[in-house]
Amino acid sequence: MAYDYEKSIRPGKLPHIWCPGCGHGIVLKGLIRAMDTCELDRDKTAVVSGIGCASRLPGYLDACTLHTAHGRAAAFATGIKMAKPEMTVLCVGGDGDGTAIGGNHFIHACRRNINMTYVIMNNYIYGMTGGQFSPCTPTGMKASTTPYGNPDPIFDISKLAIGAGATYVARTTAFHATQIDKLIAEGIKHKGMAVIEVLDDCPTSYGRRNKFRSVVEMMKRLKDIAVPVTAAAKMTDEQLEGKVLTGVLFKEERPEYTEQYAQLIQRVQGA
Amino acid sequence: MSAKAEIEIIERYCKGCNICVEFCPTKVLEMDAFVVKVVNADACIACNQCELRCPDFAIKVHKL
Repeated sequence: MAYDYEKSIRPGKLPHIWCPGCGHGIVLKGLIRAMDTCELDRDKTAVVSGIGCASRLPGYLDACTLHTAHGRAAAFATGIKMAKPEMTVLCVGGDGDGTAIGGNHFIHACRRNINMTYVIMNNYIYGMTGGQFSPCTPTGMKASTTPYGNPDPIFDISKLAIGAGATYVARTTAFHATQIDKLIAEGIKHKGMAVIEVLDDCPTSYGRRNKFRSVVEMMKRLKDIAVPVTAAAKMTDEQLEGKVLTGVLFKEERPEYTEQYAQLIQRVQGA
Repeated sequence: MSAKAEIEIIERYCKGCNICVEFCPTKVLEMDAFVVKVVNADACIACNQCELRCPDFAIKVHKL
């Protein structure tokens, strides 16, 4: 039998609003498979998002979902987790939403090591608002607000998350569909802040302006630039130029925030 | 060679992005007026690549 995705989709919501070839649909499928792998109770799972194309994702999911202010997904998710620590909290969003407008909320959620899973779909651009450059638009590439090429260096989301203190950081691409659900499932099971960066394609706002002739060309590019961390250890710096590492990039155990906070309450009230 | 799976296409969901057609290793699928259709059903090896990569939930691979 084919995989039953429709049991996890709200009735009547398909077809979704994403453009032809947009990788967000592939990530949604991966998220559904990961939620099934972890056997999450949909009534005890909160999926939180901000604003943007990627943030439309919870609207399709049959779970407890929350569509919040631009960039504030991590802040609302922190609130849910603090009020109801027994809930599984998932955050989804794009690169602009998570690292520019919500950059502050993102790094502080990482720093606190609060038990939630943040899936960032990095499509290199602000898609929904008209193709403005984001902190992840590669240097030299065109966006509606950088018609002569983007002069800024980029944010490496995974390195940012590791630096800010997230305890599980992984990266994959929309091409590597089976890896998406494996990494998200591992992130859900991990106790602490898990960040999964999924490199994505935006044919409408990014591909069109940067001479990608088709969706398939963008997908093949994702396939070509990805190098698994295990393989990268045996490669030279020249071979790794222009590549991105995929797989589990960082993992450690550190005290989790809601537990620490519960202990604090117990200590103060008990005294 | 007989087909290893039956491919179901939900035409209403398909947006014609061409991902399934390009990544099918045995060229089972083809685009027809921006909607995918099965042209070579017998060649299907049930690898599931089209279902996995379809962003629009438009393909279901029923293994036989």
